[in-house]
Amino acid sequence: MGIVIFDGVAYGMLLFLIGVGLSITMGLMNFVNLAHGSFAMVGGYAASVLMNQWGIGFGLSLVAAFVAAALVGAVLEFVFYRRLYRAHPLDQVLLSIGVVFVSIAAFTYFFGPTMQPFTLPKALEGQVSLLGLEVGRYRLFLIGCGVAVLVALLLGLGKTRYGAMVRAAVDNQRVAGGTGIHVQRLFFLTFSLGCGLAGLGGALSLGMLGLEPSFPLKYLVYFLMVVCVGGAGTVTGPFIAALLVGIVDVAGKYYLPETGAFLIYVFMIVMLLVRPNGIVAKKGLA
Amino acid sequence: MTTTMTKRTLLSTLLLAGFGMAGAAQAQTTEPLRIGLIATYSGPYADYGRQFDAGIALYLKEHGGKVGGRTVEIIKKDTAGPAPDAAKRIAQELIVRDKVNVLTGLDFSPNAYAVGAIATQAKIPTLVMNAASSAITTSSPYVARLSFTVQQVTDPMARYMLKQGVKDAYTVVADYASGVDAETAFKKAFTAGGGKVSGEVRTPMNNPDFSAYVQRIKDAKPQAVFFFFPSGVMPPAFLKVWKERGMEQAGIKLFATGEATDDSYLDATGDVALGLVTSHHYSFAHNSPKNQKFVKDFAADNGTKLRPSYFAVTAYDTMAAIDLALAKTKGDTGGDKFMDALKGLSFESPRGPIEIDAATRDIVQTVYIRKTERANGQLVNVEFDKFERVKDPAKEAAAAK
Repeated sequence: MGIVIFDGVAYGMLLFLIGVGLSITMGLMNFVNLAHGSFAMVGGYAASVLMNQWGIGFGLSLVAAFVAAALVGAVLEFVFYRRLYRAHPLDQVLLSIGVVFVSIAAFTYFFGPTMQPFTLPKALEGQVSLLGLEVGRYRLFLIGCGVAVLVALLLGLGKTRYGAMVRAAVDNQRVAGGTGIHVQRLFFLTFSLGCGLAGLGGALSLGMLGLEPSFPLKYLVYFLMVVCVGGAGTVTGPFIAALLVGIVDVAGKYYLPETGAFLIYVFMIVMLLVRPNGIVAKKGLA
Repeated sequence: MTTTMTKRTLLSTLLLAGFGMAGAAQAQTTEPLRIGLIATYSGPYADYGRQFDAGIALYLKEHGGKVGGRTVEIIKKDTAGPAPDAAKRIAQELIVRDKVNVLTGLDFSPNAYAVGAIATQAKIPTLVMNAASSAITTSSPYVARLSFTVQQVTDPMARYMLKQGVKDAYTVVADYASGVDAETAFKKAFTAGGGKVSGEVRTPMNNPDFSAYVQRIKDAKPQAVFFFFPSGVMPPAFLKVWKERGMEQAGIKLFATGEATDDSYLDATGDVALGLVTSHHYSFAHNSPKNQKFVKDFAADNGTKLRPSYFAVTAYDTMAAIDLALAKTKGDTGGDKFMDALKGLSFESPRGPIEIDAATRDIVQTVYIRKTERANGQLVNVEFDKFERVKDPAKEAAAAK
């Protein structure tokens, strides 16, 4: 029982780490960004290539993954995304799904269609004893990362001047612009932040998921699930949702292996019926 | 201006005429043998097409670009993965428009089934290079297979495990047709030999985290586990969790089919595969002069980054089979004659001796038991035991009835 909950929490944390960036770009900035997985893939490849071909350590590779995905995000924001902030959601879907297909083709071209090699650092391998449970070190590490990202985002968006400006710009762009906030620059930074977080999540997922060019499509449903169930535009919502999805998924597969894999979809439907705007609905949302 | 135009027109007319004559001259000698290759060249399975191409190219290079004494023209078509409708349409196009003599490729079983009906209508010999679902060769008398069937490599694994004294096993398979095939074949062979399958689970194809399944096995404490997943991301993900949970220390042995340690993915899979015992028909490290030459020549053409996998070997063997069959029919590519020539054909492949069963047109071959080891800095499947002349168990059972 204990180990099932622990595994569920760790899996949920991974979903949170990959998905939280989407909550920022899609929820906060109202951009239907289906290309989130592509930015996660950029981070994953960056970390994998740095570690395997350049022999750089895991910690530094994580930082590089964040930076690489944020940079790619910044370029795409500057060239494409900023033109469509006020466009119809369907146009945004079209652009971002296009980015997904282009990224799949580009990564296949440069890195080949096969899986990227990845070996965890020795310190994160195996199990460690925690309160009488034999838990995976890497899973414990994921939980630590998830909590750290959650705290950093809560503080960053809730307590800093930058966070206040973002919240103002999201609530009412025109008024925010009138008070002297550079809305465009702010969105540019925020979008890059969301992409960077995706990249970090992608790099952290290497120890658990396989990375190949079809990554962005394969896990799209998981990113969307976490953000939709949690409530787009918040940070705590996706956090709670990811934990619930993780625990439901792992427990379902453990106790009911025949049907368990289907349980998270049932869970998602029930949650969306009960709380259509997510577990933590954004204030002011109709 | 006008003069240059006329000059250019004249020049191009002359050129065209020249080409036309060259074409006519060639047609008077022997027409090239046209082979339609239906495979995956884009998307997540693009590696399959690459391997096919490399295997075919190697055979043609070794034989002066000729098969059955004729130059070969390969017409490649992409299905972008499992797409039976596309495969069927492509096969029709290849036969009607490109006038191919032989159809081949066919990496996915649904695609092979879809092409079977077309092969029957057009009486075009169709040689399956990978699709591993058992009944494919029964779908048309013009279909033969040079790859393997999932059951063919699973059944010897069950017998090997019994030989090792395993009496109680747990099965884990991916929940799709081939996974069910593996589960069925394993259960049948294992229980027939006196073993007991104490638990079984089918995991969804899109399954990011195996921790729940592995934990369940750990708590059930079986003597051994047999698993089947398609090549790619699933086996490494499963093996990672297996290692992390300390299943080996818990005394649970792990066995699989060769898809788990597919040579194309083995390096990316990494050390988690070390020590895993698998059963398959081809290993890149197969120890025979024929294979050593094959691997060496393959590396000369493709570099060392692309390892020849069982896909490349089958493509190479398919060319050899066409060559041998045409030698028997004296160049006649007619469907009935060609298929008769294929039946009972046996020759030495880089994987070892193979033959095409005269009754079922399916392949009969040695299935090897291998262990993943690190040799010269790279991970390889080292063969240490074998089951000779293994036929597809599903067809064996049908014939026995």
